Amino acid sequence: MTLLTVENLTVAFPGRRGTVNAIEDVTLSVSPGEILGMVGESGAGKSMTGAAIIGLIEPPGGITQGEIRLEGDRIDNLRPEAMRRIRGRKIGAIFQDPLTSLNPVLTVGEQLIETIQTHLKLSKADARERAIDWLRRVGIPAPEARIDTYPHQYSGGMRQRVVIALALCAEPRLVIADEPTTALDVSVQAQIIALLRRLARETGVAVILVTHDMGVIAETADRVAVMYAGRIVEVGSVAEVLTAPKHPYTSGLMASIPRIGPRPDVLAQIEGAMPRPNARPEGCAFAPRCPHKMDICLQQRPKLEGSEEKSVACHLIEEVSV
Amino acid sequence: MLGFLIRRIIQSIFVMLTVALIAFMMFRFMGDPVNSLVAENATTEERDAVRERLGLDQPIWVQYGRFVARASTGDFGLSWRNARPVSTLLSERFPATAELVLVAAGLSLLIGIPLGILTALRPSSLSAQSLQLLSLIGISLPTFVTGILLILIFSVWLGWLPSFGRGTVIDIGWWSTGFLTVSGLKALILPSFMLCLFQLTLIMRLVRAEMMEVLRTDYIKFAKARGLTNRSINFRHALKNTLIPVITIFGLQLGGLIAFAIVTETVFQWPGMGALFIQAVSFGDVPVMAAYLVLVSLIFVIINTTVDLLYAVLDPRLRVDGTKSAH
Repeated sequence: MTLLTVENLTVAFPGRRGTVNAIEDVTLSVSPGEILGMVGESGAGKSMTGAAIIGLIEPPGGITQGEIRLEGDRIDNLRPEAMRRIRGRKIGAIFQDPLTSLNPVLTVGEQLIETIQTHLKLSKADARERAIDWLRRVGIPAPEARIDTYPHQYSGGMRQRVVIALALCAEPRLVIADEPTTALDVSVQAQIIALLRRLARETGVAVILVTHDMGVIAETADRVAVMYAGRIVEVGSVAEVLTAPKHPYTSGLMASIPRIGPRPDVLAQIEGAMPRPNARPEGCAFAPRCPHKMDICLQQRPKLEGSEEKSVACHLIEEVSV
Repeated sequence: MLGFLIRRIIQSIFVMLTVALIAFMMFRFMGDPVNSLVAENATTEERDAVRERLGLDQPIWVQYGRFVARASTGDFGLSWRNARPVSTLLSERFPATAELVLVAAGLSLLIGIPLGILTALRPSSLSAQSLQLLSLIGISLPTFVTGILLILIFSVWLGWLPSFGRGTVIDIGWWSTGFLTVSGLKALILPSFMLCLFQLTLIMRLVRAEMMEVLRTDYIKFAKARGLTNRSINFRHALKNTLIPVITIFGLQLGGLIAFAIVTETVFQWPGMGALFIQAVSFGDVPVMAAYLVLVSLIFVIINTTVDLLYAVLDPRLRVDGTKSAH
């Protein structure tokens, strides 16, 4: 059974000139223990999808369509108190910047113990044991001593380990990691990614890994969803999507990764910019930048179609298959 | 921490020496004090005798040294106006001002912080909006106007509260307190409210602004994402971070309360140090003015040092206690 299913999810924000859809018609699923990568450029809706799943869309925004199910039960329409109990306990989150994710005036231990005791019926001493255990599992040296120190006494990489411990300490089934390595040094990035992958394997937690780093996806994820202008344009196994991209946007993304070797005169890039949410064209949102643009692309929005192994939202695919 | 404390105390001593110098200079700006001490037709010998007796023939720095030495034991000489020791005058008046300032400071915190939190958590609610409006009035009306309005409403029209004085006070040793009698407490209400109004609105607006800022931070979002209760997020995670700047401003404003007490004491004929100071100014009573200056500065220095120490209690990043940071 799938752990999480998101169906036809639309998140909208009321604006001065009518509502604006941050994400539109997003459908995806995550199996237990699976790592689903989500890629796309800034503003494509990756983080918004994560925020919707964990129920933390900033008002006045909200879900206007579709549903989210966790272990079969709908969670998109829960009352705030019921959703609060799910956050941390069933769905955890890891944020981008470890330097600002931890409360500066509380010790690491206080933050961990509070999180554990909020969700699990444990005595303070047991919660502390568990907190120390988690610090050890995320690779903090001498956790018995470090537990009583403050976040500013940790380096960036160490803080991100603490953030991961905080996200996992109540043993959620799913973790949404929103660009967990973007703010870190490259050498530390690899460590954090390796840690995430190891913990996912050990605990069986599923991970939605939001990133714009194709390298991280290739190394870590089992499946990948590519987002563009609030929609998923291509989703499938990492091997399928990265090695044989079908959507012109995915191909463009793959082609834009600089490679070590002889320097080309011009770096490969996708011409143009992603349309803003309030200025998306009627047809395919990628059409203005697409090298294979056809007439139909300007009139009709392509649907996400395909198999379990891979789905693509592009008129080219229909053309080919017809 | 100990080193920090010692550094602060040494700095404070220098500040107080400078203030003492300014206070000491006041005597000299008022002209030759000998003129006012001898008869108009005194001979030069007589004048010199007085000068010598008072030590005024010594070099200035010796005189300054003596002034500091005596001031540090609380001896500021005699008031020129009523020939009583200045220290006695001040210690008679100090409890009235101290109680007034204490109550005003307490009120501004006890009312200001909860109102600030309320308006920050529900910024669009009707109560928050009207509080914001009221606070704007509170922050812009001059305090003597509100004081006179308060007297008009509660003393003249309603007749509920006394318009002047401290009511009945009870002496405990040298301290006379108005806390222990009903009339003393009633007399405190209007002046302390007038005095705290500006502070109260300032603290409310500051808490509101800081709290809203803190509620937008990543660590609050992360706390929400971990499913912590609203209560814990608002009052444990957010409030503690909010209070750090509030304490700075409050500390600075506490000094301001003592300074503003002069106005309040004048409006309500409150028998405190401020009223004493106003009298001293109008009579050119330099010893009282000098002593008031030194005393108020001392209070400022003590408050500021306390605030710095409180920071360290609230914000672990400022504890320079040599705890190693591991990388």
